[in-house]
Amino acid sequence: MKPAIVETPGLDSPGIEDISILEAGPALEDTIEPVTAEPPTVTQMERHIAVDVIDTSGLANRFLLEIGTEEIPDWMIPTALENLRLLFEKLALPHDSVRLDATPRRLVLRADGLPLRLPDRQERVQGPAKSAPAQAVAGFARKQGVLPDDLILEVTAKGEYYTYLKKVPGRSSKDILAEALPGLILNIYFPKTMYWTGKGGPRFIRPIRWIVALLGEEIIPFTLAGVRSGALTAGHRRLGGREIAITCSDYEQRLRDHYVILSAEDRRQKIVSRMAGTRIKRDDALLETLVYLTEWPQPIVGNFDPQFLELPEEVLITVMRHHQKYFSVQDASGKLAPQFVAIMNTESDPEGFIRRGNERVLRARFTDARFFWDSDQKKKLADRKQDLAHVTFQAKLGSYLEKTGRMMTLARELGGDNHAMRAAELSKCDLTTDLVKEFTELQGVVGGLYARHQGEPAAVWQSVYDHYKPESMEDTIPRHRTGQLVALADKLDTLRGCFGVGMNPSGSRDPFGLRRAAQGVVKILVEGRIELPLLDLLEGNQELIAFFEGRARFYFRDHRGFKYDEVAAAMAAGRSNLVDLEARLVRIQNLRPTPDFEPLAASFKRIRNILEQAGFAGGGAIDASLLEAGPEKDLYDEFQRTAGQPIESVISKLRPRVDLFFDKVLVNTPDAAVRQNRLTLLNTLLKEFSNIADFSEIVTNS
Amino acid sequence: MQSFQEIILKLKQYWAERGCVIQEPYDIEVGAGTMCPETFLRVLGPRPYRVAYVQPSRRPADGRYGDNPNRLYKHSQLQVILKPAPPDVIEQYLGSLEAIGIDLRQHDLKLEEDNWEAPTLGAWGMGWQVMLDGLEISQFTYFQQCGGIDLDVVPAELTYGLERLTAFLQVKDSVYDIEWAPGFSYGDVRYQDELQYSVYNFEMADVPTLWKLFDLHEGEATRLVKMYDPKSPGKQRFPLLPTYDQVLKCSNIFNTLDARGAISVTERVGVIQRVRKMAVAVAHAWADQQADRQPDAPAEAGQ
Repeated sequence: MKPAIVETPGLDSPGIEDISILEAGPALEDTIEPVTAEPPTVTQMERHIAVDVIDTSGLANRFLLEIGTEEIPDWMIPTALENLRLLFEKLALPHDSVRLDATPRRLVLRADGLPLRLPDRQERVQGPAKSAPAQAVAGFARKQGVLPDDLILEVTAKGEYYTYLKKVPGRSSKDILAEALPGLILNIYFPKTMYWTGKGGPRFIRPIRWIVALLGEEIIPFTLAGVRSGALTAGHRRLGGREIAITCSDYEQRLRDHYVILSAEDRRQKIVSRMAGTRIKRDDALLETLVYLTEWPQPIVGNFDPQFLELPEEVLITVMRHHQKYFSVQDASGKLAPQFVAIMNTESDPEGFIRRGNERVLRARFTDARFFWDSDQKKKLADRKQDLAHVTFQAKLGSYLEKTGRMMTLARELGGDNHAMRAAELSKCDLTTDLVKEFTELQGVVGGLYARHQGEPAAVWQSVYDHYKPESMEDTIPRHRTGQLVALADKLDTLRGCFGVGMNPSGSRDPFGLRRAAQGVVKILVEGRIELPLLDLLEGNQELIAFFEGRARFYFRDHRGFKYDEVAAAMAAGRSNLVDLEARLVRIQNLRPTPDFEPLAASFKRIRNILEQAGFAGGGAIDASLLEAGPEKDLYDEFQRTAGQPIESVISKLRPRVDLFFDKVLVNTPDAAVRQNRLTLLNTLLKEFSNIADFSEIVTNS
Repeated sequence: MQSFQEIILKLKQYWAERGCVIQEPYDIEVGAGTMCPETFLRVLGPRPYRVAYVQPSRRPADGRYGDNPNRLYKHSQLQVILKPAPPDVIEQYLGSLEAIGIDLRQHDLKLEEDNWEAPTLGAWGMGWQVMLDGLEISQFTYFQQCGGIDLDVVPAELTYGLERLTAFLQVKDSVYDIEWAPGFSYGDVRYQDELQYSVYNFEMADVPTLWKLFDLHEGEATRLVKMYDPKSPGKQRFPLLPTYDQVLKCSNIFNTLDARGAISVTERVGVIQRVRKMAVAVAHAWADQQADRQPDAPAEAGQ
């Protein structure tokens, strides 16, 4: 616990807030040097501030802020809370613990151990130089409201200056908070905000309808968007009260009495534990959504007609998950069961209204899906290809029919067989089906299912099914090589096309998902162990090549955990064949902890520097007759013995020779022929191992 | 069991008691109640307003020949505009559900993020879809912009999907089975509309004729809006409402062409722009015209 620092009582001076430089609160410290920062030599220092440290924990100094709103979009809440915490920390009010909580209708910050009042501070206001005329000094003193005698002379780096040490009485936390909270609340970051009190009014994610702001038992008074802060909260919309008086200590319990579980963790636990008896398909993202969509969650199990199980599971699960936010249920064998779990935002369903309502909605949704499935079968996937002429891929890049043609060519170039060609041909045809128009997130999957239904071989339908994969870094790549090649053809075509017409992603703008596409290409090549020269497939577009290098770096570093310099070193030795790159990275990673590695890497860096400084152009063979007996000859012999062997088996023998060479031999000897020969030796050595990595990129401690 | 019409009457009664003008449907085809001048134009400017009306909303692409139990070419929206939105607007909305016999303590209600945007109107707002036992029964939107203009006063727009709501209350799986009035099902009243308009929109609408009509209405709207002069002393009598009717015509023809499959994705963007341009021009002219209008309006509604 951080003890709060509080001034000695008795120095209170009301009215000091009127001084303009104080109005912005502690944030002004960057313009006025606080007294704690490196005190310069003071010639006269009578005015020390008495500072006492006292324990300020206890009821009186608890802080509670509840921003009561209309329903906030669930996915924005965690970020908003984190942001609220940062904004509070920026106030620099001493405190112990901070706790943040939220439901859809409230963002809550609670902190303990706030001081009632901040300690007095001294502020140093620098005036004229010692050499300045007396009037200037008097003028400065007058401006500060003191006599020239009240000024001190301070020695600074620039000379001696008159300085006024102004004592600023510490403000009460309540005043600071009352002043800061309105701005703080409106500064919470949301991706999109609205106004509601009229044009030019405050903006927030949704209208603010009440505010609780308490310090101990006192209300921190302020008004925001026409709402006065107070000590009244609101309970659950339908089960709880509307104006509930609370205190800092009974707040959470009072909410619970009014059917609001404040803690997201508690809501999560409640959902999970109440679903424990049902074999649900685990879905953490959906769980998170529901945690922030409810104040009083309660699972309820519903059923659907088993005849809908004739529809593919993918379709059923998508309807349940994306459209209804239901968990799907599996039977003992892992197959989809005709059941679902909905999470209510209420206590119970004694009459069964809620269960039956949800069941009917789901039945209608499934009926729709079946309607689309049946009507889509009237036209085979293959017969839809020409319809793609009317579906625009991108205005400058033509229709999906044209894209299909390019994908087929590319799939062939990448080494795809006839199955890959067929899959590429069918891959986009599902864009014209009603089912995909209704459930766009099922593109690819629906095409695959239709292809299977229409008798296409497994290699083909699975490739269609998988060709959007991987959709994220966590997603798997297509299940087999044919699908991998089709997915590569799709993504590479998009990337080449978009970069070709200048639609490169910039900053956070990436409307075509090019980062994800490139990331997918990297992931497929590496994890599918496809040894294709990636950089040769980019039509020589330098921006695209650089873009891919960035993606490869990101993949190996952030996703695979290789170190920054290892990735740089390995990529410097080749970055087109990503399978080879990965193998070399693994070798470097394994070598790194061995005792000889870092010293050798340091030597390689030294060699490179020497070669660069000497302007060594390379070429030429080593002339053994010019080698000096001793360390130079020894290094050469060792090199001769080990040349061609992998670095792992030679490093321990080579390293002492290199060390000794640098210890004893002067490279820049006056004899030009000897010098040239030595440079050639070093260059040969560097070359020998630089097909694995440019070891000079390794960051070493030595 | 409450009939379709009883539910409508009760909702109208409820909102009338809360100071709304009860309007009748607008008599030109629209895709949503928002497009009616009672919403699109009335939300502009600082004057408070409250209105509720049932608007048949035509979406040619949603037609299913009367085969699909949940999808309609023409459905009925109850549109409520509260300008400005009162602080208890959500409570008032929930009260309207109670008024049609939904005991909210027995049901599950969630407000899920759904931000509304109408590119053809240059309009957007933030709000929710209201989910009752997993069924979306309403859209709730705080308008932010209309016709490309930041609104002076933020209205709340409540849109009830009346067929869905009724099917829910009457426990009917097909919209055609709901009781419109004693002795008349929804199917009795509307099946022919669904079938015949689906046939027309998907099969028989003549594409060249529709394009010609689109061009004619666009021409008329553009001709008129260009004549509006903000500096003219006679601008108060300028026929902006009839100009806007031409825009609505274009919008419906665009939707029909779209359902007919006559608009490619590339063209789509262009045609939406054309409609939007007209809507935005009318909105700007209207805002200017009404700003300078003498307060001859009916007594200011709202609170």
